[in-house]
Amino acid sequence: MLQAKDLAIARAERMVIEGANIAIRPGAITAICGPNGAGKSSLLAGLAGLLRPVRGELSIDGKSLDGIALRVRARTLGFLPQDAEAAWDVDVKTLVGLGRMPWRAVPGRPARAAAQEDRGAVGEAMSAMELGALADRPLSTLSGGERARAMMARVLAGKPRYILADEPFASLDIGHARDLARLLREQARQGRGLAVVMHDLALAMNIADTVIVLDAGRIVADAPPEQALSAETIARVWRADVRWLGQAGARALSI
Amino acid sequence: MRRLVPILLAAIAIALPLSLLAGRVWIFPGVEPVPNAAIILAELRLPRGILALVIGAGLGGAGAAMQGYLRNPLADPGLFGIAPGAAFGAVLALLLGLGMVPLALPGFALVGAAGAMAMLALIAGRTGGIALFALAGLMIASLAGTLTSLAISLSPNPFATSEIVRWLMGALTDRSWSDVWIAAPLTLIGLAVLYFAGPSLDAMMLGEQTASSLGVDARRLQWLIVIGVGFAIGAGVAVAGIIGFVGLMVPHIVRPLTDRRPSSLIVPSALAGAMLVLVADTVCRIVPLVSELRLGIALSLLGAPFFLVLLLRLRRELA
Repeated sequence: MLQAKDLAIARAERMVIEGANIAIRPGAITAICGPNGAGKSSLLAGLAGLLRPVRGELSIDGKSLDGIALRVRARTLGFLPQDAEAAWDVDVKTLVGLGRMPWRAVPGRPARAAAQEDRGAVGEAMSAMELGALADRPLSTLSGGERARAMMARVLAGKPRYILADEPFASLDIGHARDLARLLREQARQGRGLAVVMHDLALAMNIADTVIVLDAGRIVADAPPEQALSAETIARVWRADVRWLGQAGARALSI
Repeated sequence: MRRLVPILLAAIAIALPLSLLAGRVWIFPGVEPVPNAAIILAELRLPRGILALVIGAGLGGAGAAMQGYLRNPLADPGLFGIAPGAAFGAVLALLLGLGMVPLALPGFALVGAAGAMAMLALIAGRTGGIALFALAGLMIASLAGTLTSLAISLSPNPFATSEIVRWLMGALTDRSWSDVWIAAPLTLIGLAVLYFAGPSLDAMMLGEQTASSLGVDARRLQWLIVIGVGFAIGAGVAVAGIIGFVGLMVPHIVRPLTDRRPSSLIVPSALAGAMLVLVADTVCRIVPLVSELRLGIALSLLGAPFFLVLLLRLRRELA
């Protein structure tokens, strides 16, 4: 379990997360939702240990994150940032290969077996994101959605125990969004813990096991989706009058 | 291109012996004998050729690493102020009249480079952030440049001034084995450090935060870059003065031939830089001018138009 206790994060001397107590459970999808500027990305980067907190503590299975070597941490927590930019115009398979970086020179891992394992993980991640046909294409020739899939494959290739993804659905078409939702569920079924920032509340309602609702840096709900994303909460936090339609697992939002 | 490194090595293996033949006096094996040919080859041209390779390798490799670290194709090893720092040290030695004292000039230059590295580490080394680091480098470069101008303006006589100005232009004229022994080991150490930093530079292409999530220790990487670039560049400036544009140009020429990861660029860039400086220095030797064309000037003449074309191409890509 990836746990944050009283996590407080400041950016440019402004508090963006004020005392978050949350847990990302293995085998489950935790959606992080909230209006623009609520602090979702900060919370996610904070959970990944990438922002120095003002106070509070992060732990994995009760062990403080500070006591875990960077390389080991990198093998445990896979982080997908919101922007899908790369400074160099590498091809897709090279990009996805970067995800294997934390596995370089792991003690007791023979070089040949390691290379084979790396190739296997990269291939698996690319086929999971349907990138096989794009493997040799430079990133600059990809569409926004294709690039987003390549970035997600980079995270998957690292086979982390937890995946922390910032809006992975943002630029996907409906078909690929459905595929990614299935993939995330499958990752959870395999025992990974997922924390996913998402704007689509109906998607969060349908695929998440737990939803964390953030409003102005504070956690206002942390519960199963039916409770956390009740019409009352949405009205209060997003200032939008909504009504849920459909059955559990196939909800739609009427605005 | 998988065979890039062997091809570059072969090109150097062919170019080095050929370059030894060229100069004010052409030496052709088997044709009419040149007086003192053996001495010219062994004591003048061979060390000069090897020095060209060493300096070119340092510039090319450091340029590739700098561009990777700053995630910017327009970065040049001069940006961090290490080359200007080394130049200031050398100018100080000339100003103090130590130009003829053996090892004094490269020694002062190395101290200057080390001073710039120490300032960089002091100002930026705490956080590991790149923007602050690059700004600190620019300030150090500008400070060292100003101090160099000050030194020139204070120089006691026109001969010293002209000696300083000529030295700053960068050249390999009249270099000997002792210069090779100074520059080669330091440059090789620097390049080895940068090679070691390669995989971390690859991760940097995704941004500082994501690189950190992949296990890159930002502070450690910054130290590796300061030490690697400092040794590779500082050693070259110490024996040859400032030679511009190689560190900027070479990674650009080589990058499309690789998979574009910084780690796969460092070695080919070093080899291509070695080749470029060797060829440029040989051309300098044989261009019929009243006095020998300065290597630094020749490379800048080549580099500035290259830079403009590069900018035009970037503009088209960005438009």
